[in-house]
Amino acid sequence: MSLLLDVVLKVVVVLFAVLTGFAYLTLLERKFISRLQARIGPNRAGPAGLLQPLAEALKLILKESFVPSRADKFMFFLAPILSVIPALMLFAVIPFGNNDVLQLASHVPVGVLLVASIIGTAVYGIAIAGWSSNNKYASLGGLRAAAQVISYELAFGLAMIAVVLMSSSASLADIVTAQFGGGILGWFIFRQPLAASIFAITAMAELARAPFDLVEAEQELTAGYMTEYGGMKFALFYMSEYIKMIALSGLFVTFFLGGWNGPFAQEFWPLSLLYFFIKVLACLLVMVWVRATLPRLRYDKLMAFGWKGLLPLALANVVVTAALIVSGLPGYK
Amino acid sequence: MAIVQAPIPIYEDERNTVTAQDAQLDITFDQLKKLVSPRALTGETMLLNMGPQHPSTHGVLRLLLELDGETVINCVPDIGYLHTGIEKTAEGKPYMKSIPLTDRTDYLAPMSNNLAYCGAVEKLVGVDVPIRAQYLRVILAELTRMNSHLVWLGTHALDIGAMSVFLYCMREREMILDVYENVSGARMMSSYFRIGGLWRDVPSSFEPQVRKILEVFPKRVLEYEKLLKENPIWRERTVGIGKIDAVRALEFGMTGPSLRGSGVNYDVRKAAPYSSYDHFNFEVPLGTNGDVYDRYRCRLDEFPQSLKIIEQALNKLPAGPVITDDRKIAPPPKHEIATSMESLIHHFKLWTEGFRTPEGEVYFAVESGKGEYGVFLSSNGTPTPRRVHFRTPSFSNLQALAYMSKGCMLADLVAIIGSIDIVLGDVDR
Repeated sequence: MSLLLDVVLKVVVVLFAVLTGFAYLTLLERKFISRLQARIGPNRAGPAGLLQPLAEALKLILKESFVPSRADKFMFFLAPILSVIPALMLFAVIPFGNNDVLQLASHVPVGVLLVASIIGTAVYGIAIAGWSSNNKYASLGGLRAAAQVISYELAFGLAMIAVVLMSSSASLADIVTAQFGGGILGWFIFRQPLAASIFAITAMAELARAPFDLVEAEQELTAGYMTEYGGMKFALFYMSEYIKMIALSGLFVTFFLGGWNGPFAQEFWPLSLLYFFIKVLACLLVMVWVRATLPRLRYDKLMAFGWKGLLPLALANVVVTAALIVSGLPGYK
Repeated sequence: MAIVQAPIPIYEDERNTVTAQDAQLDITFDQLKKLVSPRALTGETMLLNMGPQHPSTHGVLRLLLELDGETVINCVPDIGYLHTGIEKTAEGKPYMKSIPLTDRTDYLAPMSNNLAYCGAVEKLVGVDVPIRAQYLRVILAELTRMNSHLVWLGTHALDIGAMSVFLYCMREREMILDVYENVSGARMMSSYFRIGGLWRDVPSSFEPQVRKILEVFPKRVLEYEKLLKENPIWRERTVGIGKIDAVRALEFGMTGPSLRGSGVNYDVRKAAPYSSYDHFNFEVPLGTNGDVYDRYRCRLDEFPQSLKIIEQALNKLPAGPVITDDRKIAPPPKHEIATSMESLIHHFKLWTEGFRTPEGEVYFAVESGKGEYGVFLSSNGTPTPRRVHFRTPSFSNLQALAYMSKGCMLADLVAIIGSIDIVLGDVDR
């Protein structure tokens, strides 16, 4: 009974935190990108635009639920659900802080595998959305999504394998503990810079964020796979993108930025939550910054970059890391 | 040009059973066969309708695309969605009343259009424009060129995905629109030029305002250079894309930076100087490869040249009248009407009948931001023209799109449309 209560409590707390985080991430992105682009951003709804996410949610809920003619109705409704569930599931294994509740399920010994498999399923939502809409732009978007994810999944996995080698554990809680020694230099970003950059790039590609936003490239495919979606169905796609942004930032923090660890975080758990929050926020702001700066890659160039550039690099990195660990170099024991 | 109202599914399967009514076919199957390859008719390649409502067709251009995967096999532009009948309307109006119409052809470069039209009428009736008016026209035409290029740069960068550049360009464009507003009272449809000169002299705040632009712009242009020129993704997306050689470009009738990107040194300002352009020192930037990147470089390199011309014109700006004193062509000033009977008659005649022109035909062209903007007038001696034709750069440059986009990717097509810098008001007239 108490175990069940524990689980329910965790689920409710995490869902609440993540959904609020998502809503305000959209506002944060719009505010921050506005500043980068010499404009003000949303400031009408509530003080400093703070009620903007609420206003938008209300608008989307009230919109008519529209299904295009000759669309596959069942699949059309299924796609947004398939897209948002994996995004939410990712949070199960991310340790938010140094506290039993905040650690969630991060002690599972197959945490990294779980992450890889959940992310792998996220593309089904997009591909099905593109296929079921009976729209040519949408199907092009869906095809692009499938191709893009396949090209980047491998490098993404290999970047995580380097981390697993370093911490000799696939549990995310252990990966955080493996980065304890040596202060800030103990973080894997300094011991595994290549894996960190490959992870960051592939994560951006997984998210289909700029400069890899070919899936929804507005200027080419109008809105890509979500062209025919409106109202709450559209909101679910939007939600899955932003929740995945938070989740992958959380993973990056856990894998490479020492997780929730920081000065006095091990003694006093609220501090660990604060450190985690700050680190995730920094990652998110970098993503927005990249979006404001870079043009979009072309579809075939993106595939070439994934297969011919990142994959061999990631593979070589795994081999070199393994060799270093065997040789017992300090920092790679 | 065939009109195709919707993407046309030619084949049928269990999911897609399309009736002719659903497909809204406006052309017959035989007409379609001439436009696309036989593979499209079997469903092996995809026919995609791009536009007229599409984020990157720069207005209401419609393209019928035949795609093999993402490779463009055929691209058939379909124009006419912004046809406003400006040429026909101008036939029914006295010459001077058509000036506001010209604003609306290339609506991003109203002053260049004004200049071309006024120049054509001035050539037809043989009137001299005061030198101060000529210099002011040059300053405003060059500002207009920058205005046109800023919108092009912003939308072109946005099409390729660099969204911030768009907003920076709009910020700079604001300064130019402020100048328009200061001189004419309107920010876009300025209608400031008159036959024989300008509507009125520029206000005293004009010069400091333009000097401020001269001071701020060079720094800003450098900023764009950094964001795009050295950006590997930008280069990857533009170098070698949409190539067209000089001979082919000339055959299509391309002009302006789109032609100069292929290395053809043709600029109306140099080839047939008008409005005292021969008084100023400037260079014409040229490209070599004729790809999207070279066209981009040509336009960007025109910013410093325009600034150079504006600076020279501003330094040498003489005092004097800004409109001809030929009362048959230009209305007399208000104070004269109150005191002189003759002026009152001139005024009355001008605004009721207009002025008569000698019979004949003239063609007068200017170099607008997009290329050679020419006006052809045919007069039969009455106060209204018999025929007005605008030779607009967007229309001619668009002709090359189908050629340039053959075999490119869908994403490149968007870059190519951006690189020829079309405005649909200018295409359809």
